[in-house]
Amino acid sequence: MTAAKMETGSDAGPLSEGRTDAGRAEVSPAAQQDRRRAGRIDVEHFDFWYGKSQALFDINLRIAPRAVTAFIGPSGCGKSTFLRSINRMNELIPGARRSGVIRLDEENIYEKGMDVVTLRQRVGMVFQRWNPFPKSIYDNVAYGPRINAAPRRQELDALVESALRRAALWDEVKDRLRDSALALSGGQQQRLCIARALANDPEVLLLDEPASALDPVATQKVEELVYELKRDLTIVIVTHNLQQAARISDRTAFFYLGRLVEMEDTQRLFTSPREERTEAYITGRFG
Amino acid sequence: MSAGAIDASGAVGQPRRPTRSRPVALARRRGVSILMVTLTCLAAAVAVVPLVVILVYLLKQGASALSLSFFTSMPKPVGEAGGGMANAIIGTLILIGIASAVGLPVGIGAGLYLAERRGTRLANLVRFLADVLNGLPSIVMGIFAWQFLVRPVGHFSALAGGAAIGAMMIPLVTRTTEEMVRTVPQSLREAALALGYPRWRTSLQIVLRTALGGIVTGVLVAVARVAGETAPLLFTALGNQFWSTKISQPIAALPLQIFTYAISPYEEQHAQAWAGALVLITLVLVISIVARVVTRARLGGGHD
Repeated sequence: MTAAKMETGSDAGPLSEGRTDAGRAEVSPAAQQDRRRAGRIDVEHFDFWYGKSQALFDINLRIAPRAVTAFIGPSGCGKSTFLRSINRMNELIPGARRSGVIRLDEENIYEKGMDVVTLRQRVGMVFQRWNPFPKSIYDNVAYGPRINAAPRRQELDALVESALRRAALWDEVKDRLRDSALALSGGQQQRLCIARALANDPEVLLLDEPASALDPVATQKVEELVYELKRDLTIVIVTHNLQQAARISDRTAFFYLGRLVEMEDTQRLFTSPREERTEAYITGRFG
Repeated sequence: MSAGAIDASGAVGQPRRPTRSRPVALARRRGVSILMVTLTCLAAAVAVVPLVVILVYLLKQGASALSLSFFTSMPKPVGEAGGGMANAIIGTLILIGIASAVGLPVGIGAGLYLAERRGTRLANLVRFLADVLNGLPSIVMGIFAWQFLVRPVGHFSALAGGAAIGAMMIPLVTRTTEEMVRTVPQSLREAALALGYPRWRTSLQIVLRTALGGIVTGVLVAVARVAGETAPLLFTALGNQFWSTKISQPIAALPLQIFTYAISPYEEQHAQAWAGALVLITLVLVISIVARVVTRARLGGGHD
């Protein structure tokens, strides 16, 4: 058992490993410990308002665990708003209102008993513009575990290393963990933000256009990372880049004017969409 | 070139072609530009004249009475040569300490509230009142401190003096803290919240710490401002000819000592007052420069 654990542990490391199908079938130690925490999201009749203007209309969808779901649609279609509803980040906006239900593994996240702090630990988020804290690389990754789990020093070191490995950043930064995070390149900073979210050991990772401000090489790294991470995480990604959605996602949801138009297997949505609006959008006729 | 092509008075309603500058209009514009630059440059120069004049004059008048013993020895009776302001210097430092203990927690806390809860009715009210408090004449602050901290106790004290100038620090610190906290990018707050940080912890650990450099600057500026306050201390700290570090007793302070000596009839004491003023202004200058250095070090440090 210990040996098996160690094996899976090392497998979570650099990109070069674990690209085989056998590797994909494996599940991380954290997921093994707690199978109940699958990271499945069910949404029923979800509406959202900014003040008087309604941003989302009656969203119903299901996000499969341990898969990548992409949200696409023109600017202002509500895909980011919906993404931010999944970990209740929208609550910070004055005048924001919602109705309907979002369930994370059968639990309604908007119920009174749901602690928003716990929720955000379980549902990590990475933003369009990387936002590391103006601190060292190590401290950035250690931030979540430090207050959420309060581990001992050695455990913390191990946690930081494993989070950086999972974010495929370890080899690039292992010799300068004490350097300022702001000295890293944009792509590295974004992967650091992913590592920071992973250090909390979330079930779900929300990515809000994580690569739209990155150059092609850095973008490719982030995409490879997403591909790796879906082995033990549910990933939801908002993207403006249709090719990116087609490349990395298993399922794609098309939003338009605050409504969910169509949600399908990515392959099918891009090859034979049911809705005319979807087809118009993916063929570039509008948006 | 025809003179009729332009209207030098720039009358409104004359159709003008903005894409082409005509030579005379250009010359006029250049002239106005040079004039304005000269005027503002002159104003800028005049703005620093008082400081330069004060510094030069203080150096001339005070340097002669200034020596090491000025910092280490006590005031001497009239007629005796030498003597210093050791008690007043330590007294001023103690007063600043008390003032900071009063003013900083309240000021920083209030500033954080104003910035993090901006737009609420309470925040707007507090901001307005802080501005009013900022404009309150310092002598009024002194009278109030006397009424509530000196009269009930029955005697003057360093505590009352420190509290009076500490209250004056509150609005200064509040407003700088608010300004600095506002400059912390929203994305940092979101980053912390998305990691599962409670709101209060985000404010204290992320927002406040990110803004800390700016806040330190603001605090130092506030300290420099109140270090030279005299009026509130007249009714509260009172001054003391003897060595005292008890905060429950009257205490000497540089501004008070300067005041006392300056209105005395003796020449030696006048010289001492000049030296005291020189020390006080140096203290304030040093604090201001430290504030600058702190800010710069922080701004440069981020990129390493």
